[in-house]
Amino acid sequence: MRYEFRWEVLWSGQSGAWLLQGLLTTLAISSLAWLLAAGLGILSGALRTVPWKPLRAVATFYVEFFRNVPLLVWMFFWYFGVPPLLPQVAREWLFDHGAEFWAGMFALGVYHGARMSEVIRSGIQSIPKTQFEAAVAMGLTTFQAYRLVIVPIALRLIVPPATSESLNLLKNSSVALTISVAELTFQTRQIETYTARAIEALTAGTVVYLALCVGIATIMARVERRFAIPGLIARGG
Amino acid sequence: MTDAVIEFKSVNKWFGKMHVLRDITLAVEAGEVVVVCGPSGSGKSTLIRCVNALEPVQGGELVVLGESLTRPGVSLSALRTRVGMVFQSFNLFPHMTVLENIMLAPVKVRGLSGADALRTARALLERVRIPDKAEYYPANLSGGQQQRVAIARALAMQPKIMLFDEPTSALDPEMINEVLDVMTDLAKDGMTMMVVTHEMGFARRVAHRVVFMDAGQVVEEAPPEQFFAAARSERAREFLSKILTH
Repeated sequence: MRYEFRWEVLWSGQSGAWLLQGLLTTLAISSLAWLLAAGLGILSGALRTVPWKPLRAVATFYVEFFRNVPLLVWMFFWYFGVPPLLPQVAREWLFDHGAEFWAGMFALGVYHGARMSEVIRSGIQSIPKTQFEAAVAMGLTTFQAYRLVIVPIALRLIVPPATSESLNLLKNSSVALTISVAELTFQTRQIETYTARAIEALTAGTVVYLALCVGIATIMARVERRFAIPGLIARGG
Repeated sequence: MTDAVIEFKSVNKWFGKMHVLRDITLAVEAGEVVVVCGPSGSGKSTLIRCVNALEPVQGGELVVLGESLTRPGVSLSALRTRVGMVFQSFNLFPHMTVLENIMLAPVKVRGLSGADALRTARALLERVRIPDKAEYYPANLSGGQQQRVAIARALAMQPKIMLFDEPTSALDPEMINEVLDVMTDLAKDGMTMMVVTHEMGFARRVAHRVVFMDAGQVVEEAPPEQFFAAARSERAREFLSKILTH
């Protein structure tokens, strides 16, 4: 049997517009979720190292709770489970404004925030304790010491694993198709359904994901070099 | 003892079950330079780390610059702006230049303007004799230079007391003197200093008083000439014979 490739299905009809829309949705949901994940990750990762037990406990609970439930379950939870708990006004607003997008974004953000948290914690824990002592010995409060010294150093140390985690987040945004967010994978499947051209459609999706991820990795490598701490072995590749 | 700026009154401290400070009673007056020495594990670092509350004490009372650290509700940050500390491992912030290291606390804690903080920082770099390294990162400085920057950084907060925790122990021999010289200048300017060190030459020349510790206790305190010529305690004599033979 000989398969005849028909790449033109990707730009004939609505395919092109669908792909573009999927790409934009993937970028939107991923970047918002990334911001949420970074915020939660830095906060909880830092809290897990502070010298005050109740705060550590809260952060540990967040991490263990959110990273130990499958992402798919979180998607369902935030889409099907949470809205009925909201006040009616909020619920109606949500369903008028793409509830699946926000639920998907939230699920992605809190799940990856928990994973990011561990990356950041390991960064903080690789800094000698005496750096913190030097910071507070000058009169900085614990909060200032973290904000001005500890977290900035940790963030510079964790660029490589944080990059991997960010790429995972981007790729995991495809799970949002299960709650019908029209992101890239969703649109790829749609093209496949309409044209019955699986290889062409999936190849298109694959190439776009690949290009996105390689692009991000390249940018992050630059960030790593730009912010490298002088005197460490680390050199961005 | 009316103008004592640091007063340990029967201070005790434990690390778990280990009794690291035993019934310490010690006063340091304004302008005094006190060298604390003793064998490894004797509690001397712990002692000075209590002064800026990096280590909490568990018994007795500790009064620093008129504030009792053992009373609840004391602001540790406010206290620490008045007590500078220099560490064995320098602890400069590696992601900041020398100037940024020195300016951080004056700007963020004191609320100084960038211009004022910069002027102070440059003057301090003159004082520690490395004005040309202002834009360097710590990794590009020698150990001796890093430690002098660390001293400048502590001085930037205009502290009333300076604590030195083995400031030359991590340095190559040829760099020890450049740090000790800066500390000697500081002592001459009347700074109150507590210095944990094994540099007995520095103690002899600069200290007003030597405090010898062993096993968590202050075994002996004496002016340096008396301490080095005729230490009263057997333990101090034994310690001195070990470190002064080479």
